[in-house]
Amino acid sequence: MKELKITPIKDGTVIDHITAGSALKVLRILGITGEEGYTVSVAMNVTSKKESLKDVVKIEGRELKPEEINKISLIAPRATINIIRDYNVVKKYRVQIPDVLEGIAKCENPNCISNQREPIQPVLKVISRNPLRIKCVYCGRVQSQVEKNLI
Amino acid sequence: MSFKGRDIIRIEELKEEEIYRILDVAEKMVPVARGEETTDLLYGKVLASLFFEPSTRTRLSFESAMHRLGGSVLTISGREGTSLKKGETLADTVRMAEAYADVIVLRHPNEGAAALAAQFCSKPVINGGDGSGQHPTQTLLDLFTIKSELGAIKGKTVALVGDLRYGRTVHSLSLALARLGARMIMVAPELIQMPTYILDELNSLGAKYELTEDLGRGIEEADVLYVTRIQRERFPDEEEYMKVAGSYRVTLESLKNAKEGMIILHPLPRVDEIAPEVDSTPHAKYFVQAFNGVPVRMAILTMVLGVIE
Repeated sequence: MKELKITPIKDGTVIDHITAGSALKVLRILGITGEEGYTVSVAMNVTSKKESLKDVVKIEGRELKPEEINKISLIAPRATINIIRDYNVVKKYRVQIPDVLEGIAKCENPNCISNQREPIQPVLKVISRNPLRIKCVYCGRVQSQVEKNLI
Repeated sequence: MSFKGRDIIRIEELKEEEIYRILDVAEKMVPVARGEETTDLLYGKVLASLFFEPSTRTRLSFESAMHRLGGSVLTISGREGTSLKKGETLADTVRMAEAYADVIVLRHPNEGAAALAAQFCSKPVINGGDGSGQHPTQTLLDLFTIKSELGAIKGKTVALVGDLRYGRTVHSLSLALARLGARMIMVAPELIQMPTYILDELNSLGAKYELTEDLGRGIEEADVLYVTRIQRERFPDEEEYMKVAGSYRVTLESLKNAKEGMIILHPLPRVDEIAPEVDSTPHAKYFVQAFNGVPVRMAILTMVLGVIE
């Protein structure tokens, strides 16, 4: 019998087709540090049918919410999210870059009011997806670097 | 079209016909702004003038506009002595100000400050300049000056000269000129040329513009020469600054190839980018432009307060 690199999970979330080498960033964005107690399996640079290499993350006992999935889309645009209950895939999402990034990434302009001590979340409007261009609703700055400004 | 209750945050939020409507109302305000006629259109109304950064023309012209219209003004000027100094957020400051006033004008060192203020305030908020961001009422008075001096904006060639990278007035103005169908020549050394994010927006508007380092070419082709101050602190060393500042100085000599009806504008304050002897030529319109701040701001105040449609 062929040995599986990662065994199936009973309940939780499988994030498949993550851009190769990005799995640890995905975990960081999801705020998973390993201290939460979930069983987390990470496979990096595994062979895929669609792409030459991919990463896979399996989180047991936690179902991802849509807004968390949107955060992932910025660094792993081709990722799929499988919600698993009792070994079955009950929901399957393809990540999508949302129209508005609210509280996901900071504006790149350090002098923007959204980067000061004010009671607001940064809000960036997506004006184009490929290539990614976003605009801060506060200062109006159009920007393309999101990854390094993720909250 | 109604302006009642509206915020004036960014010039691109105003449609072309709305810009022209403001300019038309401003035209009617000129005799009142000059003190030749009086009015009490805004009697009983209060303007909160919140200036967290130094300003002379913008603050004085807003306050003059409000007084000329029969209204009154509350002023905060500078960070000292304000609650901002004590660590109050801008969101709280504007909620306090809206309790005392009918309309707020805000000058603030951070980009996007006016947009944030508008979010927390149900009264109209007018952006009086946010960091190196926008200054829409300056743009409106620039447009008003071009229209009243040259009769039109569309089809005119405007040379924007000087600090195009950090100068907020040229950012707002270029976006407006693009939409109103003027052609632009961006005259600046590479270090302080128009930033890419503004050029991207201009491209998406289908703007007609070119970039050059040659002031002579700008002067020759321009109907409007819009001069801005080159800031010393932007340059790595004094020598480099002196070289650049010297070559962008508008003098009588440099104007010999200018078109006869060409006008020179400057948002002021100027340092030495326009020689004083230019002031007495028919080209010099920067003091007229400074006056125009009053009728344009009168128009905006009456319109956002719903007194004039």
